[in-house]
Amino acid sequence: MASIQEIQEEIVEEFSMFDDWMQRYEYMIDLGKSLPLIDESLKTEDRIIKGCQSKVWVNAELESDKIAFTADSDAIITKGIIAILIRAWSGQKPADIIAAKTDFIDEIGLKEHLSPTRANGLVSMIKQLKMYAIAYQTQVN
Amino acid sequence: MTGYFYLLEYKVTLERLFSSTDLTMSSRLGLTFAIMLDIKKIRADFPILNRKVNGQPLIYFDNAATSQKPTQVIDKIVAYYTLYNANIHRGVHALSQEATDHFEGAREKVRAFFNIPLAKQVIFTSGNTHSINAVASGAHVFVKKEDEVIVSAVEHHSNIVPWQMLCERVGAVLKVIPVLDDGRLDMHAYHNLLNSKTAFVVVNHISNALGVTNPVKEIIDAAHQYDAMTLIDGAQSCGHMKLDMQALDADFYTMSGHKMCGPTGIGILYGKEEALNSLPPYQGGGEMIDQVSFEKTTYAGLPHKFEAGTPNIAGGIALGAAIDYLNEIGMENIAAYEHGLLVYGTAQIKNIPGAKIYGDVTDKAAVISFNVASLHPYDIGTIVDKLGVAVRTGHHCAQPVMERFKIPGTIRASFAFYNTKEEIDVMVQALQRAVTMLS
Ligand SMILES: Cc1ncc(COP(=O)(O)O)c(C=O)c1O
Repeated sequence: MASIQEIQEEIVEEFSMFDDWMQRYEYMIDLGKSLPLIDESLKTEDRIIKGCQSKVWVNAELESDKIAFTADSDAIITKGIIAILIRAWSGQKPADIIAAKTDFIDEIGLKEHLSPTRANGLVSMIKQLKMYAIAYQTQVN
Repeated sequence: MTGYFYLLEYKVTLERLFSSTDLTMSSRLGLTFAIMLDIKKIRADFPILNRKVNGQPLIYFDNAATSQKPTQVIDKIVAYYTLYNANIHRGVHALSQEATDHFEGAREKVRAFFNIPLAKQVIFTSGNTHSINAVASGAHVFVKKEDEVIVSAVEHHSNIVPWQMLCERVGAVLKVIPVLDDGRLDMHAYHNLLNSKTAFVVVNHISNALGVTNPVKEIIDAAHQYDAMTLIDGAQSCGHMKLDMQALDADFYTMSGHKMCGPTGIGILYGKEEALNSLPPYQGGGEMIDQVSFEKTTYAGLPHKFEAGTPNIAGGIALGAAIDYLNEIGMENIAAYEHGLLVYGTAQIKNIPGAKIYGDVTDKAAVISFNVASLHPYDIGTIVDKLGVAVRTGHHCAQPVMERFKIPGTIRASFAFYNTKEEIDVMVQALQRAVTMLS
């Protein structure tokens, strides 16, 4: 399995093929459609990430020493954003997720979504994924 | 009306009238003509309208959140700090006197603008939310244990939470006027809610989430039959229609300067003299006292009783300039013009397949709250923002309204007198592009 760094670079390269925001958004929407969906029964109140105008549910499960993330959102763009994150981080070790950088989001031209006041709560999503990683890290050790 | 000229466009409007899908709305325009403002001249007064967003010319349709400011208002703030900045009501020196004269001059402008009997009935606050809290926090003199406070189901959170807090504090009961499917209040239910225990009725004049104008005169008069006090949240009405406090007869009426071309951080609380005299001050400090000793402090008279501390002097003075500006165009003209935008925008949005407008009634402000098919308002808002169109998406600080209609939120386009039909056309194109991308 490629490292987080490698996958993130791959994503940056894919996005660099587009020269306007519309194509980038269309691609992101497509990626959203390939998101490993969270089981309907897991779409509970406590799995909703706060700080989003749209609803985002995330589930994290430890499979041997790696975390598998699944997620869903009621908004398509939000789903695309979480899909990008999960593509890079799912199937990775907790320690690597904790250490993962997020500046690739900026590099793919989605910088505006990184603002902490942005209503989609990408920052909250990142925080939540890292929290799961921290929690599982203790189990792995 | 000095300096502005109007074009009476009989022909264009007639054509629009007959092509419009909604004749009842168009007919409310009055006869067969609409007043056109000298929109080019007006737009030149708003420097922000020249800027670009995401590389596109800005189209600002979030006027219900806050209005833009004309140069006349911006210049006034600069003039205050440049020429006569001083604390008011305190110094004998010339500068303090000048600043005080300007600030009190602004109070007088507010008085005249809203047909308020006396300038001392104009309390300057930091905004609409502050005005509501100022009343609610002292309203235990009006609301006793087991009394009832009536609010409506279409309120902004800032006109719900302070009353919930009051009810908790005094042991009163909060009652809610339900909203009908079309966004109007259920007035039949309202009249049934009223009884001898009703102590306070609070509703907004125009709902920010739907734009529907509530029958506030009927609500106030009915409340008064039960000797209940009334507060009307005028955040959405103050900059968009002619208001007459004496004709309306509410006990309290609240407004935000930033929604009527004034700066942020300045608001208005109007009250009947007797009501304001009965209401205890909610903040102690300088300015609001008559005499202070450690045994007993006596309060100053109106309006100072409610204006503890140094107020937003620049904000108050600039709000006066905003009122001058609105007066020059004329509130009736503004209302008529904005209604024209509403009718046009409503028809255009209805042309988008799958569009559903919430609160699509005759009596409303130039606010269109809608969704397209099952698309999330957040997705649409994000795409149209990329295209330079600023609309609001979400629950608009009115979660109970969204729950009522079982939706996560809406897209809200809210117009002001400096907007144009051409801008509405651009918004509709942007919406169509968003729908294509997202479907
Ligand atoms: C109906 C209504 N009430 C209250 C408020 C709160 O006003 P402010 O934030 O200026 O205090 C608003 C502002 O959006 C509003 O639209």
